[in-house]
Amino acid sequence: MIELRSVTHAYGDRPVLHDLSLRLAERRIAILGGNGSGKSTLARLLNGLIVPTAGSVTVDGLDTRTEGRAVRQRVGFVFQNPDTQIVYPTVEEDIAFGLKARKLPKDEIARRVTGALERYGLDRYRHQPAHQMSGGEKQLLAIAGVLVLEPAYVIFDEPTTLLDLRNRRKVIELLRGLPQTVIVVTHDLDMVKDFDRALVLEDGRVVADGPPAETVPAYIERLG
Amino acid sequence: MLGLYLHRESAIHRLPAGAKLGGLLLVTIIVLALPGAWGALAAGLAGATVLVVAKLPIGRVLMELRAPVAMLTLLFGFQSLLAGGGWEETAVAIARFAALILLATLVTLTTRVMDMVDLFERLFGLLRPVGVNPAKMALMLALTIRFIPLLGEQVREVRMAQRARGVERNIAALFVPLLVKILTMADDLTAALEARGYDPADSGSQAATKNSTQR
Repeated sequence: MIELRSVTHAYGDRPVLHDLSLRLAERRIAILGGNGSGKSTLARLLNGLIVPTAGSVTVDGLDTRTEGRAVRQRVGFVFQNPDTQIVYPTVEEDIAFGLKARKLPKDEIARRVTGALERYGLDRYRHQPAHQMSGGEKQLLAIAGVLVLEPAYVIFDEPTTLLDLRNRRKVIELLRGLPQTVIVVTHDLDMVKDFDRALVLEDGRVVADGPPAETVPAYIERLG
Repeated sequence: MLGLYLHRESAIHRLPAGAKLGGLLLVTIIVLALPGAWGALAAGLAGATVLVVAKLPIGRVLMELRAPVAMLTLLFGFQSLLAGGGWEETAVAIARFAALILLATLVTLTTRVMDMVDLFERLFGLLRPVGVNPAKMALMLALTIRFIPLLGEQVREVRMAQRARGVERNIAALFVPLLVKILTMADDLTAALEARGYDPADSGSQAATKNSTQR
C-alpha cells in the first residue's frame, strides 16, 4: 500500500500540493485534474522521484525519503513522452537497460527481454532503432521497459495523451490486463470509468475521492 | 559513422565487440604503415570482404561514406593546393582514410550498442584509479548515440515551427527554443533514468557484477 501523511510540496515559493493524506490500496486508481492541479507532482512523489517538502510518503512501509532506490524497484513509472524515457538506440537494448542497472545475470536479462518483446508485441522490432518507431510503438516500448522490471505498482503519467485512437485502445487494453496496482494520471475520462477509485485534484488539494461513477461527474461539473 | 546496428545472422555479427575493435586497430596500423596505395587497397579489400560476409546492404553502407569522403576530399584537396604535392598523393590519402572509415562503419553496423558499451565500460575500468566512473562513461556513450537522431528531430521540429510563423533563417529563433527543449529533455531523461533503476551514486561496474545473482 502507498500512504501519504500530511504531504505538502512546493517548487521554491510556489506551493503545489497542500497537506494531502491518502492511503492508496485499490488495484486501479485514477488521478484526475486540470493543468497545474498538482497531479504529475503527486505521481512523482509516489515513487520517490521527488520527496515532499513536508510530510511523508511510504510504499509498503518504505519511506521514499530514505529508501528511494528500494521504492523505485517496487514502483514503476511510465512518463508521458516515451522519447525521453528510451535510453538505448534499439528496442531490445532499451528493454534490457533497467535489468542491467539492477545487475541481473545475463541469461535472466535475455530471458526477460525475450518475454517482454513477445508479450507486448514488439518482437518484430527487436533490432530496430527506437527513433524510427511510431509514437504508439514508442509508448509500448517505454511501457515494456518498465514492466519487464516486474514492479508491484505502476504509475502512468498521461499514457494516452500523445496517441491516436488505435494506440490509445491498445494501451488501455494493456493497462486492464496488468496484474499490478495501477495508478494513472490522466485527462482521459473514458479510460478510468471501470477503475476502482478516482481522485480529483484542484489547486493541490483533493476535492473528490471515490468510485469514478461519482467522482468523474463531480469533476466534469467543476470544470464547468 | 555512427551508423546504427543493422541486424543480420552472420559470423561478423557474432564476433565479440573487442575482437572487432582490436581488428580495426590492427588494420589501421597496417594501412598507415604500408607505403603508397597498398595500405588503402588492403583495407578496401578487407572492407569489401566484411561487407559481403556480414550480408549488409552495399548501397546503404556506401551512403554512410558519402559525407566523410566529401569532407576528406575537401581537406586533402586544400592541403594539396596550399602545400603542394601531386594528385596521386592526395588520392592515396583519401582512399586510405575512406577505407578505414568503411571498416569503422562496418564495426558499428555489426555490433550492438550494448556490446560496445559493455566493452568501453571494461576499458574505462582501467581509469578507475584516477577517479573515472566506468558505468557513467558507458551510459554517456549510449545516450550520445541514442540522442543524436532525437536532437535532429528536435531541430527539424523547431525549424518547421519557425517557418510556419514566417521565419525562414534566424539562428537566435532556432537556438532559444531548441535550448529550452534540450534542457526539458535532459530534465525528463534524468527522472526517467532514476525511475528505471539507474543509480548515479553507484560507482560499481555493471560488467564486473553482471554474473552476480543479486536482485
